[in-house]
Amino acid sequence: MSKPLDYENLNENVKKCQYAVRGELYLRASELQKEGKKIIFTNVGNPHALGQKPLTFPRQVIALCQAPFLLDDPNVGLIFPADAIARAKQFLAMTSGGLGAYSDSRGIPGVRKEVAEFIERRDGYPSDPELIFLTDGASKGVMQILNSVIRGPSDGILVPVPQYPLYSASIQLLGGSLVPYFLEETANWGLDINDLRQSVAQARFKGITVRAMVIINPGNPTGQCLSVANLKQIIQFCHQENLVLLGDEVYQQNIYQDERPFISARKVLLDMGPPISKELQLVSFHTVSKGYWGECGQRGGYFEMTNIPPKAVEEIYKVASISLSPNVPGQIFMGLMVNPPKPGDISYDQYVRESKGILESLRRRAHMMTDGFNSCRNVVCAMYSFPQIRLPPRAIEAANKLGKAPDVLYCLRLLEATGISTVPGSDIELDYHGDEDATDPGEKIVNPPWYVVGRVFTDKFINPKSLSDAMGKAWRLGEGMAVRELENNVFIF
Amino acid sequence: MRRFVSHKARNLITKTSTISSTICSSSTISPLNSLSPAAAALRFLSTLHPHSMDSITIDTINPKVLKCEYAVRGEIVTIAQKLQQDLKDNPGSHPFDEILYCNIGNPQSLAQQPITFFREVLALCDHPSILDKSETQGLFSADAIERAFQILDQIPGRATGAYSHSQGIKGLRDTIASGIEARDGFPADPNDLFLTDGASPAVHMMMQLLIRSENDGILCPIPQYPLYSASIALHGGTLVPYYLDEQTGWGLEISELEHQLNTAKSNGIDVRALVVINPGNPTGQVLGEANQREIVEFCKKEGLVLLADEVYQENVYVPDKKFHSFKKITRSMGYGEKDISLVSFQSVSKGFYGECGKRGGYMEITGFSPEVREQIYKLASVNLCSNISGQILASLVMSPPKVGDESYESFSAEKEAVLSSLARRAQALQDALNSLEGVTCNRAEGAMYLFPRINLPDKAIKAAEEAKTAPDAFYAKLLLNATGIVVVPGSGFRQVPGTWHFRCTILPQEEKIPAIVSRLTEFHKKFMDEFCG
Repeated sequence: MSKPLDYENLNENVKKCQYAVRGELYLRASELQKEGKKIIFTNVGNPHALGQKPLTFPRQVIALCQAPFLLDDPNVGLIFPADAIARAKQFLAMTSGGLGAYSDSRGIPGVRKEVAEFIERRDGYPSDPELIFLTDGASKGVMQILNSVIRGPSDGILVPVPQYPLYSASIQLLGGSLVPYFLEETANWGLDINDLRQSVAQARFKGITVRAMVIINPGNPTGQCLSVANLKQIIQFCHQENLVLLGDEVYQQNIYQDERPFISARKVLLDMGPPISKELQLVSFHTVSKGYWGECGQRGGYFEMTNIPPKAVEEIYKVASISLSPNVPGQIFMGLMVNPPKPGDISYDQYVRESKGILESLRRRAHMMTDGFNSCRNVVCAMYSFPQIRLPPRAIEAANKLGKAPDVLYCLRLLEATGISTVPGSDIELDYHGDEDATDPGEKIVNPPWYVVGRVFTDKFINPKSLSDAMGKAWRLGEGMAVRELENNVFIF
Repeated sequence: MRRFVSHKARNLITKTSTISSTICSSSTISPLNSLSPAAAALRFLSTLHPHSMDSITIDTINPKVLKCEYAVRGEIVTIAQKLQQDLKDNPGSHPFDEILYCNIGNPQSLAQQPITFFREVLALCDHPSILDKSETQGLFSADAIERAFQILDQIPGRATGAYSHSQGIKGLRDTIASGIEARDGFPADPNDLFLTDGASPAVHMMMQLLIRSENDGILCPIPQYPLYSASIALHGGTLVPYYLDEQTGWGLEISELEHQLNTAKSNGIDVRALVVINPGNPTGQVLGEANQREIVEFCKKEGLVLLADEVYQENVYVPDKKFHSFKKITRSMGYGEKDISLVSFQSVSKGFYGECGKRGGYMEITGFSPEVREQIYKLASVNLCSNISGQILASLVMSPPKVGDESYESFSAEKEAVLSSLARRAQALQDALNSLEGVTCNRAEGAMYLFPRINLPDKAIKAAEEAKTAPDAFYAKLLLNATGIVVVPGSGFRQVPGTWHFRCTILPQEEKIPAIVSRLTEFHKKFMDEFCG
């Protein structure tokens, strides 16, 4: 007998949706781990899983909020510093009923105020706490906003390729259309406005109304930081095309170089002045999962809306209220992240010491990993490296036989041989364009390129030589196969 | 790679410019003649597009978003928040000195204290570096320390700050599965469990899987908890109502299910699932075992997924009723994986612990094919994982301290105090409501709510019509303005047309109940005097 809910009668949008970060490779990696193999997960930015210790101060404050009866215990000072105790009391006073009560569906007003103050310090422009919604991690916020925007398959969202799979998955689930735009690998994964125009024109030709544009800055998975000039162009472009700009800025703390600091889309917009600063619709996202905090398990995040009309804000609020409220401990983490210990506080020195330690280690590992993948020039910040590999025809044939994209097969083999878990580029919205290539005599590319995304959290030092060896072993396609490193992160097999 | 795509785009645009010149007058494109064909096409396409309509405004927002409603946090609550601010700024400006929130099942916001043992364990898991310190033993109970160690050992890398498996941490799922087994007397599989941020995301996930278009229907009780109507609307499906019988204590009649199913079918609706809320929200009834068996048979016969909202399973207040999970009922009938598709929802927000802010919960799914389970896993993975603190708490509520544990006595005392007090509050409010003119109220056998019916006089209904509001919302607003008591109008839950109700939680502190009763009684009398004359 067939089941009432069978694969055949599932919502088609669910079937269409792919989520690479936790797809086939992740499952296979988990299996290998169960079999006792040591797997280095580099595919989800999840630093605590790789041994990064949490910062002490926020954990002390949360523990006290969890167990408020400790605050009355005369011995509490034996294991908790006075500023953590004071901070816990302050947070509990902001809530109506501590961590165990639903908060306002937009988040605790006091925490939203702290977020607004943080934004003001960062950008130099005041921010309105009423336009800041706290969420269970940034991905929930992205879902909420996309759900408000997408009405059907003819609504399109501009998403950078390569992209973080959250966007393709969410857009598919919500039944909208993903309109890709391409980052320029040779220009440090920068943005080319002419490309954007082409993407929009192409989408319109297919009857798709492009309604919003996602930028991921600093970038995931490619790791680029956008320049002010580039951000200005993007803002102008969105304004001309009347698109909502969705600024995914969750990596704003992860800058591993000094020459190009993070600048928020909001600051650039407001610097541009009216009329555009009063017209362009912008939603900016942030989280406690990334940065050097890396508190992924807490699911804390926020989005801030600029120039979204009050009636639309009300609707977004209504949808948030159906889920009652974001988790309260995650909200407190967000409050702590945007308002950490200050100079003069008892915990300040320890906080700074720990933060520096983590950031330096991340910086070191970012360079190690990218050196390993030999794409150092392209990766200036954030937690990812994105090397390009060129696969031999035999490898592509083998993959086709198995019904897998060649780079998926590559990643699977790499995983089996070395225990390094990566995400294949093809899952991140890169298609095989073999047919078109053949018809273009102007292009000199013989084999289509494939990509592997590797993330930098590994304790192992990886040099180019040993990586080449590992890749060679990973392939095992036949006898006597050689791996040679060409210029510019291209490996030839 | 980018080059290939740009090339593809160029080709397309070249084609486009040819098409556009055939469908438009040449004067439109003549100013562009000096540009290259591709650039001209681009400009031209941009002009085709009306700009004023595109970004997020009330006119362009997803219409499904506009359509959904969630009354528990609707207009009445907004008014209440304004009144509260008013009272703070100008004390004495209203005939009451505080707002009494009876609108939402949020016990700790009304001063219910958390269960100490649960919070001890959570605090230790959040800050594990104190576990080894001797001072910690003076501040925490020994079994809480031991449990925290156990839980941390179940978490890969002992990392509470890491994303977990998208179904939830395996060790915690093992614990929950044992808890379900202990509750039901039938085995539970940790791989059937999906830990979620409260029960609401789990319900959303199931609706997302089930609903393909407005032709897909979900059978829901009326009155219902508006999460169901809202999530069905958001996912673009059709709510197929079945009415609970108020006369028989909100009884669920199979004949009514059959009748509504057939009506829906004849309207071309493909009914996919049946929602049962047990104990009921907002209606407070606890289903009898025989009734549950009939429901299972009905779902099996009609090929419906049974969505069992069992978040109030620990909230039963009357000695003649007992909670039975649908999982237990199906297994005791001899039905297994092959016979029926069942989803059971549980939450840490309810029960005697009432940990709403933690957003912990789970769903147990049985009777689905491996392909479907994979799709559910995929959906869960898009959100990476639910919050870890909530996951730990979900494992704790399903495996509380046992006889012999150091915390057992204090835990039992705390639990008993909450549940017996809730039972007394339910009784007091129910008696008070039944003594009002024109009001009848079924008993709250379980859950956290009373759902009294108010027979409103014609004059009141007319006044409501003039104020362009539902009569029960009209009543609720006047009640709020006169007494500071916040209730949710029955229309937010849907009800038999022509009948009017409101939902009132039994959660205000016990010492406040007499004041609520007297204020409500006084208001109701005045209201009836005004509108009956």
